[in-house]
Amino acid sequence: MASERTAVIGVGQTKYAAARRDVSMAGLLREAAYRALEMANKTWSDIDAVIIGKAPDFFEGVMMPEVYLAEALGAVGKPIMRVHTAGSVGGSTGCVAASMVQSRVHRCVLTIGWEKQSESNAMWALSLPQPFATSVNAGAGGYFSPIIRRYMMMTDAPELIGCMVAHKDRRQALLNPYAHLHQHDLTFEQVVDSPMLWDPIRYSETCPSSDGACAIVLVDEAGGDRHPGPVAWVHGTAMRSESNSYGGRNMVSPAASEQCADDVFAQAGIVDRRAEIDAVEMYVPFSWYEPMWLESLGFAAVGEGWRMVESGATELDGGDLPVNCSGGVLSSNPIGASGMIRFAEAALQVMGAAGEHQVDGARRAVGHAYGGGAQYFAMWIVGSDKP
Amino acid sequence: MSADRPEARDPLAAPAALSAPVTLPEALAGAEPVESVCTPIRMAYTYTPGRALSRYLRAMADKRILGERCGATGQVFVPPRGVSPLAGAATSEVVELADTGYVESFNITRVPIERRPDLKPPYCSAWIVLDGASVGFLGLVINLAPEEVRIGMRVRAVWKPDEELETSAANILGWEPTGEPDEVITDYERIGRIEASDP
Repeated sequence: MASERTAVIGVGQTKYAAARRDVSMAGLLREAAYRALEMANKTWSDIDAVIIGKAPDFFEGVMMPEVYLAEALGAVGKPIMRVHTAGSVGGSTGCVAASMVQSRVHRCVLTIGWEKQSESNAMWALSLPQPFATSVNAGAGGYFSPIIRRYMMMTDAPELIGCMVAHKDRRQALLNPYAHLHQHDLTFEQVVDSPMLWDPIRYSETCPSSDGACAIVLVDEAGGDRHPGPVAWVHGTAMRSESNSYGGRNMVSPAASEQCADDVFAQAGIVDRRAEIDAVEMYVPFSWYEPMWLESLGFAAVGEGWRMVESGATELDGGDLPVNCSGGVLSSNPIGASGMIRFAEAALQVMGAAGEHQVDGARRAVGHAYGGGAQYFAMWIVGSDKP
Repeated sequence: MSADRPEARDPLAAPAALSAPVTLPEALAGAEPVESVCTPIRMAYTYTPGRALSRYLRAMADKRILGERCGATGQVFVPPRGVSPLAGAATSEVVELADTGYVESFNITRVPIERRPDLKPPYCSAWIVLDGASVGFLGLVINLAPEEVRIGMRVRAVWKPDEELETSAANILGWEPTGEPDEVITDYERIGRIEASDP
């Protein structure tokens, strides 16, 4: 039996900021959830189940927040399910939410991801001491820097490709009212001159630490057909994971990443990935991950990802494969929401509802997330046409 | 049903359901609003390393580095966790590794690290592939300027003085260059490459 066709009919985002002191964690969730419900023309009583995702509890020090948040989540008396896949969690949560409708378990599902980084210390939460190894890495940047260095050496990429990505994403963020960073006067030279933190990663090539939440309403085929507003149809979802340490592991383009991409493109019937996709929202917390994922996801041949960046192919303004028109993770990073924001922004593009950062005529878009030691992957492809 | 185009709305306007003003009960009139409180939390725990890591940590006190080999894939893991992730099986053999290897890749940290005030930026952390191991082993490259570190550089362990040795990976202060010729790396995609048994 074929799976149920599934549609996104509502997306809600909070304003992302370093500290949303005006709201509690519950208030943050309500802001995103109600915006999604408004766009979907739904109320809480229409929602059959709530699927949530956030980064590990020790980030904010609130254990099992879903218990106390059930009311803010509209989940009292309803099935609720939490997904855990580190930084990719927002994407995986979107995939799980879609599967609830695709499998005909539920007809209308609200999914939400969030993080209140102002109430946590993610950098040090990610650098817990381990008695069997020396404590020398400073957060995610210290972990990913050697992988980026390896990519640069492998491909002979010019040193400033990462700065081009960062400058592009920060400029595109100016078109997104929800983006955390709005650096109106940021010049390319300022990106290049910003301090090295985890050499070769500069300050301006790293994601910020943000508060925020993102929600999506998904419905079955009849619900999508009935919806009076724009709809994004789910054309494929895929998740993969692998160990972060084994002999011969390709850490630049992990096998799980390539297999996840192969699966999702096959589901959507896409052969020429670069030609058939109109917009990509990919998880780029450090600038160099744009060319690295362009290769891993098969938009560019191995060693050619940086050439796409250099040529401007990934720019909203004039590029043939615009990447992170919303400003991406480099401009807003509420960790547990960051993957879901990628999925939501991909949906907004094919709904024609992305506002100032809309790609003209976008019909098919990719949402992508990764997490852990580049070992958890989640992707979806959404389209304006029914699959 | 309203068919308002979503893009026509002010994206930052409060959702209608949340736009009603909040009224406080009279008892709270004049109370000082609190936005947040900071409550530091701490959790102390006893770590039980298990068989593989216990052997590894005990050997550290004798300046020996123990890895473990997977019987199915031949891969050698260090620090050993007792399992082979690819085979999904227990490792079958303890292997003593040399305290020499090469730099697989590295990072130069130029920001201070909270728990290691002794580490003065800039300093170089690297994945070291020990001779005979299949995966990188995290450590510091010391006794040369971070800018001089190269992928492929041969290094050896610098141990604490004998009288300070304990059952800890901290016995290795860092890794210094041996002066030997660099490892020739032709396959940059494969971090943690294996020479003999690579499938």
